[in-house]
Amino acid sequence: MTADHGHEAGRRPGPPADAGTKRRFELLRQMLRIRRFEEKCVELYSAAKIRGFLHVYIGEEAVAAGIVPSLEPGDAIVSTYREHGHALARGVPLEALMAEMYGRITGVSRGRGGSMHLFDADTRFYGGSAIVAGGLPLAAGLALADRMRGHRQVTACFFGDGAVAEGEFHECLNLAALWRLPVLFCCENNLYAMGTALARAQAQTDLALRAASYGMAAWPVDGMDVLAVEDAARQALGMVRDGGVPCFLELRTYRFRAHSMYDSDRYRDKAEIEAWKERDPITALVSRGRADGELTDEGLAALEEEIAVEIERAVEAAEAAPMEPVADLTRFVYSERT
Amino acid sequence: MNEKRVTYREALREALREALAGDDRVFLMGEDVGRYGGCFAVSLGLLEEFGPERVRDTPMSESAFVGAGIGAALAGMRPVVEIMTVNFSLLALDQILNNAATLLHMSGGQFNVPVVIRMATGAGRQLAAQHSHSLEGWYAHIPGIRVVAPATVEDARGMLPTALADPDPVLMFEHVSLYSTEGELGGADRQVDIDRAAIRRPGRDATLIAYGGTLVAALAAAEELSGEGIEVEVIDLRTLRPVDDATVVGSVRRTHRAVIVDEGWRSGSLSAELSTRITEQAFYELDAGIERVCTAEVPIPYARHLEEAALPQPAAVVEAVRKAVG
Repeated sequence: MTADHGHEAGRRPGPPADAGTKRRFELLRQMLRIRRFEEKCVELYSAAKIRGFLHVYIGEEAVAAGIVPSLEPGDAIVSTYREHGHALARGVPLEALMAEMYGRITGVSRGRGGSMHLFDADTRFYGGSAIVAGGLPLAAGLALADRMRGHRQVTACFFGDGAVAEGEFHECLNLAALWRLPVLFCCENNLYAMGTALARAQAQTDLALRAASYGMAAWPVDGMDVLAVEDAARQALGMVRDGGVPCFLELRTYRFRAHSMYDSDRYRDKAEIEAWKERDPITALVSRGRADGELTDEGLAALEEEIAVEIERAVEAAEAAPMEPVADLTRFVYSERT
Repeated sequence: MNEKRVTYREALREALREALAGDDRVFLMGEDVGRYGGCFAVSLGLLEEFGPERVRDTPMSESAFVGAGIGAALAGMRPVVEIMTVNFSLLALDQILNNAATLLHMSGGQFNVPVVIRMATGAGRQLAAQHSHSLEGWYAHIPGIRVVAPATVEDARGMLPTALADPDPVLMFEHVSLYSTEGELGGADRQVDIDRAAIRRPGRDATLIAYGGTLVAALAAAEELSGEGIEVEVIDLRTLRPVDDATVVGSVRRTHRAVIVDEGWRSGSLSAELSTRITEQAFYELDAGIERVCTAEVPIPYARHLEEAALPQPAAVVEAVRKAVG
């Protein structure tokens, strides 16, 4: 392996909790559903059914699956352009997500956002920002509003390691710590800011250490281990919700595929990619389930089938869905007054 | 109706006070808005009256606090964000353009952003290039936001409640030369219609279009020209986006001549946009070419005589009108 995160995941407080058989199966379902959805998206992209930018999360599923279901229904999420996993784990309907990929009126953003801009008011999913670190100020504001109104909701804000080099990151961590805003900062450190390796862009590569300098609890987590992620998320969310303070998790993860469909991935060593694939979070959980006797081949096959059917139906629905009429092009630039 | 004489600054403060008192969702945040009382003393006393939760001093983090205002608006609050001056707003441009202006559209109509962002604009105080920009014309380029420029005490008092009632982002530009100006303030319902430009002085010979800080120069020029028998109609644009074409073009149809005063640079400016709109809609009504009085295309210099030479002065406006009525 030529690149790793360089630090031991040694600052996680407390012992890990046992999630239980049922819980592990749910986590597997979450990760597998994201994986299969995105594999289908890649296939549809190659068939020119999906266009624009498509950034897939394959390899990083344990992060979304471990954190997002740990949130409560009233909590808010702010995400990035690599957001399919967060949206799916949040319960944004898969069919509406697929329709958005197709640019249809039935898409979550009525075809105006595409893969990078998924929004869903019902689940307080405030979209993917395609500007690195551009979502952090929104998360601070959502949390500020909740706090000013005495709500116990928290805002989970996802971003990558690249965001740590942006000024907005530092402005927002300072503001959140200063004002005690209930934000869970989730840094998905996949070691590359597009094509630039972490160590080639950041003088201090221990990202949790940098967040901790703002006076908030911050620790690194093995982002390839969904149980470890879930455990960390629950502890961190408890601190944010009950303590009324922000918290920072550095999720050490890796994307198995290129940055986007346009990326020929020349900057990564093939051996490095293969080494990380050995740590595939889905394979790991399946192996564990089999070893523990919790997961049978039939059980896994049934899960695969259930997911395949859901995705196939979503593709069929998207293919058949209508387009937004061009006459409505300029709708939603300003609010419609009744 | 009781009339009282107040400054532009006091009118803004009164509007903020009323908004804070009348709606729990409203709060003010920005650099030095609290303990300092506001860079231009607009919010003086409001911290004491409403407390630090609702009058929030922020760090020097324009992107974070402007974006936080946008986020709080998404969550149902009605934030008033003060950026000291338009010069510093460039550090928050990403949030204004990429978030405030796009979220409603990108979300297919799900998330509107009812935030009001106020900032000072303009030159004239010998503060040199980095503190003298007039970039409201840039912001007027952006679909998804509304841009207003109160030029009178009544508008300073009345535009904020209208802006706060708007479901979408409103940027409010307050020219630095106006804060200490005085005017009469009526006592009745003060919310003003920000959809319409205002005719500040009627006239038959030429239409003079100005906004914000340039209204003063336009009115001074009109007064001087009146002495020569040239009656100029002065239009205060008030809203820079969307532009009230009906009032502007309607006036030009009557006077057949148009002169535009804009403190922005001429190239790619709001004045260029207005000029184009007039020719698109009333070309055959024009009896003369459209004249523009803009800021010279230099970074604003410090020395008084150079700064004055760079900015649109009443004498240049008078000259431009004379040329138009030729």
